[in-house]
Amino acid sequence: MTIAARCVDLKKDYVLKGETVHALRGVSFEVPEGDYVAIMGPSGSGKSTLLNLLGCLDRPTAGALFLGEDDVSTMTDDELSWIRATRIGFVFQSYNLIPQLTVVENIEVPLYYQGRLRASDRERCRQLAAMVGLGDRLRHRPAQLSGGQQQRVAIARSLVNDPFFILADEPTGNLDSQTTEEILALFERLNDDGKTIIMVTHEDEVARHTKRIIRLRDGMIQSDAPNTQRKHAGTSYWSMAGAAREGVRHG
Amino acid sequence: MGRWMHTIRMGCKSLTLHPMRSALTILGIFIGVASVIWLLAIGEGISREAQRQIEQLGADTIIVRSVKPPVEVTVDRRGPTPYGLKRAEYERIVETVPTIKSAIPIREIRRQFRYRSRLVDGRLVGCTPEYADVNKLVVARGRFLEETDILKKQDVCVLAARVAERLFPLEDPIGKRIYISEHTDFYQVVGVLEPRNPTAAIGGSLSAQDYSGDVYIPISTMRQRIGDIVVTRGSGTFEGEILELNQITLRVHEVKDVLATAELVQDMLRSHDKLNDVAVVVPLELLEQARTMRLMFMVFMGLIAAISLVVGGIGIMNIMLATVTERTREIGIRRALGARRSDIVRQFLVETVALSVLGGLGGILAGYACPYAVELLRWLLETYAPKTIESLPVVVRNVKPTVLVWSIPLAFGISVLIGVAFGLYPAVRAARMDPIEALRRQ
Repeated sequence: MTIAARCVDLKKDYVLKGETVHALRGVSFEVPEGDYVAIMGPSGSGKSTLLNLLGCLDRPTAGALFLGEDDVSTMTDDELSWIRATRIGFVFQSYNLIPQLTVVENIEVPLYYQGRLRASDRERCRQLAAMVGLGDRLRHRPAQLSGGQQQRVAIARSLVNDPFFILADEPTGNLDSQTTEEILALFERLNDDGKTIIMVTHEDEVARHTKRIIRLRDGMIQSDAPNTQRKHAGTSYWSMAGAAREGVRHG
Repeated sequence: MGRWMHTIRMGCKSLTLHPMRSALTILGIFIGVASVIWLLAIGEGISREAQRQIEQLGADTIIVRSVKPPVEVTVDRRGPTPYGLKRAEYERIVETVPTIKSAIPIREIRRQFRYRSRLVDGRLVGCTPEYADVNKLVVARGRFLEETDILKKQDVCVLAARVAERLFPLEDPIGKRIYISEHTDFYQVVGVLEPRNPTAAIGGSLSAQDYSGDVYIPISTMRQRIGDIVVTRGSGTFEGEILELNQITLRVHEVKDVLATAELVQDMLRSHDKLNDVAVVVPLELLEQARTMRLMFMVFMGLIAAISLVVGGIGIMNIMLATVTERTREIGIRRALGARRSDIVRQFLVETVALSVLGGLGGILAGYACPYAVELLRWLLETYAPKTIESLPVVVRNVKPTVLVWSIPLAFGISVLIGVAFGLYPAVRAARMDPIEALRRQ
């Protein structure tokens, strides 16, 4: 089985006001392709630090991080940018869409930084938007969409570059329970299609939807086990997409 | 290439987010570029006008003028003392200086001209046929003086436009005889001239020449009929002067000989050094001076324009710094999605350059409007404030701004350069941000 991401004894120290903080004290795990992992832990456990490292936004103090074959822990800033553009799909808690761009243009952004943007890509972005149920809102701007819709645009964006894995940071943190269900259903469907998803969350309710749960405590892995009580999202993707379309017609 | 197109498109999109802010930023560059073109155009217009006037004097001419010394030197108990250029000196110059093509002896007196009951004040000029050519006088009707007039000392005259108009408002002046006051002679009119623009005074050495009130007669006739002693009646006084020639206008064969010839002529007139009653004026020198003046003028104008451009550039930098701060989060998002530092720099640079280029293009359009605007201003002044326009120097009054072709690419290049120069710092600052920090910013 191909490995999407592999951490080998990852360590990260910060210097805060002259004091060294050991945010990660040696973390090792593998995420095989097609996995659906939740990374959990209380605040201060090193969750965010691990997320930043996995997202190639930061470099570890020690240890190695392989995305596919390549060790990204020693790469330059430009190389890391390239890795982010080609191998990682980000989904953030606060959606992080670019306000002045339309739905399609937002989905296009990662392709643009890959240096390839052709007419066929525009079509692909449209299909992705349709897949997340926003095919009829291509020209809308983020401010004209609800939170759930914005998050679906973000998910479409995270898929556009065919990443090794989707890195989701509290993707449902800003959403109500019904929308949360919808988004989790979408993730589940993507995972069923073979997408690898790494989700950072502190909500057990959300983590229960994943296949595997890694718990961090004080910068170390406390537990790393398959989720035996996996809960499947109540709303199916298709009914959700249908509801979105209904909403447009009536609204 | 596609990358650039995309960046430009996105940049324009970002600029339309704050249309007012972008417009005001553009205005700064607009004013800067327009002022560069305007100042250069007006500067060029003024200097061309000045140069044209000097050129009318002729680059190949040397003007030797008699200068009237102060009264106490010339007037003693026995009456006025002779001064100025002598006919003998004229002959000597003509005979001995080989580089001279032609020489015109000139004598000028203020006189009244009369035809029947109409009187006109003007200048009586004794000269030779070449005078018309050297001073760019154009005959409207009849002819100018001819060689035979000089040889035969004919009683003929040629009228300048204004004199002809005043003395003969209704009749045809050709063939009529006019009377020159204080001398009991009549002169037959043989020609009338076209109106001619006055020449400007150049420094202190050559006063302005207004040809419109002149009457030209042969120099030989003038010597015979009027003589060298001229008495002018003032209010309650007589003023006399004894003078053979007011001016000798020399022309040389080739322009390169002008300065050497002038020096030679000056040497020949050393005897006048004591009284200091002769001046040698070389228009070519004035031309050179005018060129230097023009250059200084351009530099000065350019300096002012440069200052306004820098002010515009600082405006751009100010706005872009604000924009970068405001869009920190966007920068974070873009970095997370794979933008390199150089992509961010490029994005913000494109925006500043777009602003400055838009300002530059607008400025160029406004620059082209300069001649029309000046024309309009002149028309307004002439209509509503004729006194003001009269008080302006001729050169300024007649200025025709000339938009210099090279000032367009210059202005455009400068505006792009300013966009890059003043946009670079905000752009680099944006790119230096830590993506994690930037994403955390609300």
